[in-house]
Amino acid sequence: MKKHLAFAIAFAALGCGTSVYAQEDFSAQLKARQGQFRIMAINLGILGGMAQGKIDYDAEAAQAAADSLVGVSMIQQPPMWPEGSDNMSIDGTRAQPTIWEDKVDFLSKWEDLGTAAAGIQTAASGGVEALGPAMGQIGGACKACHDTHRAPES
Amino acid sequence: MRRGLMTGTLVLAAIAAAGFFVTRATPIDSSALAGHVGDPASGETIFIASGCASCHAAPEAEGDAKLVLAGGQRFESDFGTFVAPNVSPHPEGGLGSWSLAEFASAVQQGVSPDGRHYYPAFPYTSYTRMTDQDVVDLWAYWQTLPADATPSQPHEVGFPFNIRRSVGVWKQIYLEDDWVMASADTPEIERGRYLVEALAHCGECHTPRTALGGLDRSAWLEGAPNPTGRGTIPALTPDELTWGPTEIAYYLETGFTPDFDSAGGHMVAVIENFAQLPASDREAVVAYLKALPQPKP
Repeated sequence: MKKHLAFAIAFAALGCGTSVYAQEDFSAQLKARQGQFRIMAINLGILGGMAQGKIDYDAEAAQAAADSLVGVSMIQQPPMWPEGSDNMSIDGTRAQPTIWEDKVDFLSKWEDLGTAAAGIQTAASGGVEALGPAMGQIGGACKACHDTHRAPES
Repeated sequence: MRRGLMTGTLVLAAIAAAGFFVTRATPIDSSALAGHVGDPASGETIFIASGCASCHAAPEAEGDAKLVLAGGQRFESDFGTFVAPNVSPHPEGGLGSWSLAEFASAVQQGVSPDGRHYYPAFPYTSYTRMTDQDVVDLWAYWQTLPADATPSQPHEVGFPFNIRRSVGVWKQIYLEDDWVMASADTPEIERGRYLVEALAHCGECHTPRTALGGLDRSAWLEGAPNPTGRGTIPALTPDELTWGPTEIAYYLETGFTPDFDSAGGHMVAVIENFAQLPASDREAVVAYLKALPQPKP
């Protein structure tokens, strides 16, 4: 009996690590995924500032910002989104469980971001007029995912 | 003694009758609509600004499918879950058999063609300020939308809120067609007031509600708990919404905040609509928000 119990515990610790230790904080993954959004926000700030006329248009700076967006969009997502790192299981995230319930949808929305980023990469050095619509595409990709997969700010 | 009882009964009956009268569902006076000719092109703008499709399109609809107002989206609240009905112009599934006056009664007064009150999840408390011309234009545009036969699903609302008549009492308290911002000092602020307080019905989410679920006009646009139970809906008053005019307009156009985070939740649908309106309308909303008084401490 005791042996069975010990075996069960060992098995649980080995095999079902994520469910037994559901309380682990996933801090590395959270930093990584939130950091990538922050990098995008900083570069969108450069492009959006130019589109709004707040900062002078500079083709080289616009291109560098757009290239960075494409760079982020190429980061593979699944390793940063382990099971149990949703906002119902841990603190410090607004990631809704829907991400895991509908992984296909989540990843296809990330791909849409890649498409939009590629669009602004093509448009960036072609003058300030092209930035507005390209930013609209990126904004659409952000919102489409945040609409369902990100919880409101508390 | 017996006489006292008789009198008492009569008084009670009179109160009940008065109550029955007061809480009845009164359609609009249809003569107000006579003489207006509907313009579907202008109606499309009213449709977008009012966000009709945001609630009445099918749950996962994207793009042009959003014009099929088949219903089915679910809205959680403290009073139960409301399910948006089919309002496409289908004669059985939707409201294809309605008259203009019936449509106007629904939109401006929350009264159905069979004389019942709608739940105020349908923001007629805001649409009551819609001009008659705009209702007529909206109805003209409605006729151009695709019909869909999907049957409407019942709301999941428990006792006592399932007594529709009680909405009549509620309307006595909360259905007011005067403006919250009593004077609009410029034409731009006036346009913004029409968008915010009537068509775009911003107050329905950004204003806190009383225990009975009515908007607390003394705390107009001061922010509120999210009806889904998680998170808060931010305040739009000048003390809290400190973004510049360009930043607010840009947010309504693209969904980007000043630090380039992006909108989420129901605001995504709102921005989708605002993005399709002319820039002058987004600027009018900004002018209105900037003209809001500082909240009383």
